[in-house]
Parts: sequence; C-alpha cells; structure tokens
Amino acid sequence: MEVAIVKYNAGNIYSVYYALQRLGITPVVTADAEVLSKADRVIFPGVGEAGTTMEHLRQTGLDEVIRSLKQPVLGICLGMQLLCSRSEEGDVECLRIFDAEVKRFIPERHADKVPHIGWNNLLNVKDGLFDASLEGKFVYFVHSYYVPLNEYTAAVSEYIHSFSAALYKDNFYAVQFHPEKSGDVGEAILHNFLDR
Amino acid sequence: MLAKRIIPCLDVKDGTTVKGVNFINFREAGDPVELGAYYSSEGADELVYLDIVASHEGRKTFTELVKKVAARLNIPFTVGGGINELKDVDNLLNAGADKVSVNSAALRNPKLIEEIARNFGCQVCVVAIDANYERGDWYCYMNGGRISAGKRLCSWAKEAENRGAGEILFTSMTHDGVKDGYANDALASLATFLQIPIIASGGAGRKEHFRDAFALGNVDAALAASVFHFGEINIGELKKYLTKEDINVRI
Repeated sequence: MEVAIVKYNAGNIYSVYYALQRLGITPVVTADAEVLSKADRVIFPGVGEAGTTMEHLRQTGLDEVIRSLKQPVLGICLGMQLLCSRSEEGDVECLRIFDAEVKRFIPERHADKVPHIGWNNLLNVKDGLFDASLEGKFVYFVHSYYVPLNEYTAAVSEYIHSFSAALYKDNFYAVQFHPEKSGDVGEAILHNFLDR
Repeated sequence: MLAKRIIPCLDVKDGTTVKGVNFINFREAGDPVELGAYYSSEGADELVYLDIVASHEGRKTFTELVKKVAARLNIPFTVGGGINELKDVDNLLNAGADKVSVNSAALRNPKLIEEIARNFGCQVCVVAIDANYERGDWYCYMNGGRISAGKRLCSWAKEAENRGAGEILFTSMTHDGVKDGYANDALASLATFLQIPIIASGGAGRKEHFRDAFALGNVDAALAASVFHFGEINIGELKKYLTKEDINVRI
C-alpha cells in the first residue's frame, strides 16, 4: 500500500513517518500533486500556526490538491483544523472540507491551562477510525485551538468543555490528537485508517 | 478528563544510560532506547532524556540517539542538556524529539525561550528550573546546581511563562536525592502563580509521594529517575495505586 504524507512547512512529519514504519509501511513524504493524488492513503499531519500554514498551502497550490483528493485522507492536529472552514488562529479561511469553525480554548477557571497538553479520553467514538474497544481510551493531545461539536464529530473529548476529538466526512478523516504519539491505542487507530 | 502524567527521566552519557539499573538485564538497562521502550510498556506517559555531558563530540551521539528513540517509541519525549541556541533546538526536533527542555541557557539568555516559542510553538518549550530553599525563599541555580543565578523561583517561572514556556519542570535541589517527597508547598504556590502545566521533580521515594505531588502540590506531571531505575517503584503498580487514591491517570 502506498501511503503519502503531505510535506509542508510543519513540524511533526517524521513522527508520523516513524509511526507508519512501526506498522510495517514506508510512506513517501511529498508535496508532489501527482504522487499525492495517486497514493492509496494520504496523511496530512501538522504542528504549527494556522494562518502562516494556510498561506503556504495556497502559495504552493497544495490547498487545491488536498481538497481534490478522493482516497481516504487523515488530518492530524493542525491538519484536522486546516480541513475546517475557518480558524480563529490567524483569522484565516481554511480548506472547507468540514463546515466547522476552529476556536481558541478560553480558560474558565485557574486550573484550565492552555495549551491542552497530555492524555485525555475518547468518548462517543464512531465506527471508522475507531471500534467499540477504543471507547474511553486515552490519547495524546497538544493544542490551544479546538473544533466544537458538529454534525461531523466522530469522537468527543472533554477539556474545559466538550470538543471534537475526531471528524469524518466522506473520504476525509481527521483527529485532533496525535495517534503517532498515543501508544498502542494510537497504533490501533492508524491501523484502522489504513484498513479503510 | 485530562490525566496526570508519570515521567521517567533518563540521564544519558555518550549514548548510554547512566545511574545503576538493576531490575532488567544490564545490556538493556544501559541502552536508552530499550530502557525507554521498557518504561513505555510499563505505562510511562512521557519520557525525558537528558544529555548530562553535552560536550561537542557527545552532541552528535545524542542526536543519533534521539533519532533511534523517535523511531522506536510511540509516546512523547522531551530532550534536554546543553541546549544553548535555536540551532540546537532545531536539530533535536528534526531528529524526532517532541519537546526540548532548557535550563541554564534560558537563565543566561531568557530571549531563547521567546525564540523557541516563536519558531516552534510554546508546546515545544519546557523550561527546567533547579532551585534550592535558602534564606527563607527558593533560589535558582545554573550548571547542574553549581552556580547561583540570583533569581527567585516564582519570579523566574513567571517570567519564563510570559516569554512563552509551554511547561515548567521544577526540580527541588533541597528534596532531590532525599527520597522524602516532592517540594509540595513550593509546587502548590507555583501552581497558583502559573497558567501553564507544572512537572514536579526531586524527592520521589515512595508511591505516596506521587499522590501528594498531585493532591497537595497540584502538579500536572511527576518526574522521577532513581526509583524507577532501581526498580523500587514499578510504573504500572504506581498507576494502579494512584487510581485507587482518586488521581486520574492513564491505565
């Protein structure tokens, strides 16, 4: 199976690369439109800032390439947020796959720290990336912005309030947490994505 | 609910784990990658690798080690020791580290924190603070506790937060090695000052000490080295104990 990781100006790309290697797959890391469109699976990872990243995607034409992908696509963390319609981070229009707006966490009490860093539970998981055995399991999050619950929400997590831990729409899958850093649970989720 | 984290710390010298390890066979114990994988399988939530020599030649060995750790482990890890400039951070993140911890270099050049945060995001930047209780307050030290930095713990921690630190790793030199519990009073007062996560370090000897760091010190994570290396506390058992004590941990 050919798995392509979208190469752009974001950190964290090699963590995903290594995670796939542990599953026995050697992915290609590329910004080439043809390679991306022909791959069996595409992973759109990312740690970074939404505004500058969107500008980079537009300048390189990767925005249209990603939007036009027909195979299963997995957005991770910033990758998930960029698949939404808009982000408060940099007040920027994003790729508009998921009709949802990315918002910043606002602390309600002193104990509410932003960014949300650490292991938190997956709740109300839907078939696709998850199976029933993953309900309640811990996965690793690092983020200051979140996607509110919406019609595409495929898993929920709770920090300050409920937010979308995962989204699905057609061939697009997205997770706010880092499956590549979420131990055996994360590996199961990546495995499920490759099985789609 | 966000879980409290348990973090083993591995000191590395010339690519080998230092400090005795006597609960798994010696070859594995000396290999930082194998030891990290072992802790991960026991339920460690994150790992910290510290390059304790950080000489020029040792640096390359350490970067190679970071690559191997990144290829093997499926949990986050932080690297520290001898990070002096942005280029060091870039190298270590490119090698696959999730976060870097800065200590003496940040005290000498606090702008380093801002540079790391601006270039790589706050979440990458752990500011490690070694402080000792003396003359009625906590004072920060550099160079592994050898040189006084002339700053107080709370003011330096707040400054680090304002400059973009993502987490504070506070090691109490007063408690380190004594195995009589973490500096819970100081940790609790830090927690009222700061709005970023706090990692407790120094003083773990028994399971109860971890509970107290979370319940009394209000920390987000607890780091320890020797109690794990010497097999005095097993991470899996520690987490079962903490769950019974109503501390939310990942099991």
